[in-house]
Amino acid sequence: MDDLPASAIAHAFRKEYGRAVAVLTRVLGDIDLAEDAVQDAFAIATVRWPVSGVPPSVAGWIINTAKNKAIDHLRREASRADKHAEAMARLSDDTPETEDEGIVHDDQLRMIFTCCHPSMAMSAQVALTLRLVAGLTTEEIARAFFVPEATMAQRLLRAKGKIRDAKIPYRVPSEADLASRVQAVLSVVYLIFNEGHTASSGDRLSREDLGSEAIRLGRLLVELLPNDPEVRGLLALMLLVESRRLSRTTSSGDLVLLKDQDRASWQRDLLDEGQAIIRALLTRNEPGPYQIQAAINAVHSDAKTAEATDWPQIVALYDQLTHFTPTPIVALHRAVAVAEVKGPQAGLELVDVLGLTDYYLFHAVRADLLRRLDRKHEAALAYAAAIERSENVAERAFLQRRLDALADA
Amino acid sequence: MKEYLLSIMQPDGPAPADIGEIMQKVHAVNAELRAAGAWVFNQALTPASSATVVRSRAGDPPMTDGPYVEGKEHIGGIIVVAATDLDAALEWARKYSEATSLPIEVRPFVGHG
Repeated sequence: MDDLPASAIAHAFRKEYGRAVAVLTRVLGDIDLAEDAVQDAFAIATVRWPVSGVPPSVAGWIINTAKNKAIDHLRREASRADKHAEAMARLSDDTPETEDEGIVHDDQLRMIFTCCHPSMAMSAQVALTLRLVAGLTTEEIARAFFVPEATMAQRLLRAKGKIRDAKIPYRVPSEADLASRVQAVLSVVYLIFNEGHTASSGDRLSREDLGSEAIRLGRLLVELLPNDPEVRGLLALMLLVESRRLSRTTSSGDLVLLKDQDRASWQRDLLDEGQAIIRALLTRNEPGPYQIQAAINAVHSDAKTAEATDWPQIVALYDQLTHFTPTPIVALHRAVAVAEVKGPQAGLELVDVLGLTDYYLFHAVRADLLRRLDRKHEAALAYAAAIERSENVAERAFLQRRLDALADA
Repeated sequence: MKEYLLSIMQPDGPAPADIGEIMQKVHAVNAELRAAGAWVFNQALTPASSATVVRSRAGDPPMTDGPYVEGKEHIGGIIVVAATDLDAALEWARKYSEATSLPIEVRPFVGHG
């Protein structure tokens, strides 16, 4: 242990930060106090671990050291504020023996439901989840979302202020609210994943760090909510989409369509894990939107070649998805699948009634269908409309190549 | 217990035709709120056009006619509830919103209560 790399400590920090802050928040009744105590503990680790080695139980060491730092801090402050006196009382009641896995799990769930409370803006929920559950630094979150660090710090400060001032409860929701609150958590994690998968702005198509953070959060949720099939469905969906990430772009960053991807380069371990989850979920027969979207991706993953894709099965799954989420976006994706079964004219008829004129993908899908119908002039107009509305450089470049090819043909 | 201000955001103009029915539903929620021991205060307001804004900064007119914020909707009534946390306050807001079909703004008062 004499050669402990700084990266090992950094890794431990990120891995344990969320757990430690969750436990300390319950004990101290205040997120800011908890974060300060855990950061103090990490500061001590940075000095001590390179000398004494990494302790056998990293999680336990961090939580206990943070508690001791909190005690020190509260002794100094106890006379000044009631809040601190209260926390001090709770801290002295809390014995290390109570820190079993079950309680730590509950603390992490409490933290997740607090961060994903629907009374906060989605951007605040995302920032809080990445900071307090995933343990990313403010700087890392700011970089991932292309905002200045000061902006992200302000967003986090404001969100934590609302938790405190409005008294957003630190608890797992009651049975009656649980299903809808879990949905809210899943949409936060999926948003983080999608932000990583297709950066909605910026010059790169994906940000692998956000994708892998979302998968890490997905795994944590499966661990904490093992009986919810949609939680597993979301993890499977993210794994299957992630398995194709490296194949989605060329080395120069150009977008490669699913049908043109080198299927041998899909990441087998992620793909197999996703497929296995979906197979297990099918036998439970409690479908939901994430499971169905994962199943659609699993059908793609099953096909040895693009031509071998079971499109009728995909249309059937989209029919099922429409039942849960009858949105124009789902209808647009369903139309793409229908075009593969019944031809581009049938797809176009479904697309044209959707009126998603502000959405780049609507125009991109129309453009492709019109191209296949040899209606070149209309296809060119649709490509131009799509390019105008896409904020991603790689997507725009792809559409531009398609438009250019149309003119050459 | 923490206290929260529930503001009913009401469109300006005449009351809807079914105002009698709406008020019955609101009274029922008021009664439920009192029975639960969560009631602190409630009162309806006269139309925003009856409001006056007073200012004491040099150069500003000392008072102006009408509400502070121009708009098509104003606070039509307020309820103050005592609740253990935001979730409990939001649940009361949901009931008032259901009774009135209007948006309800929930805002905590300072202090843990």
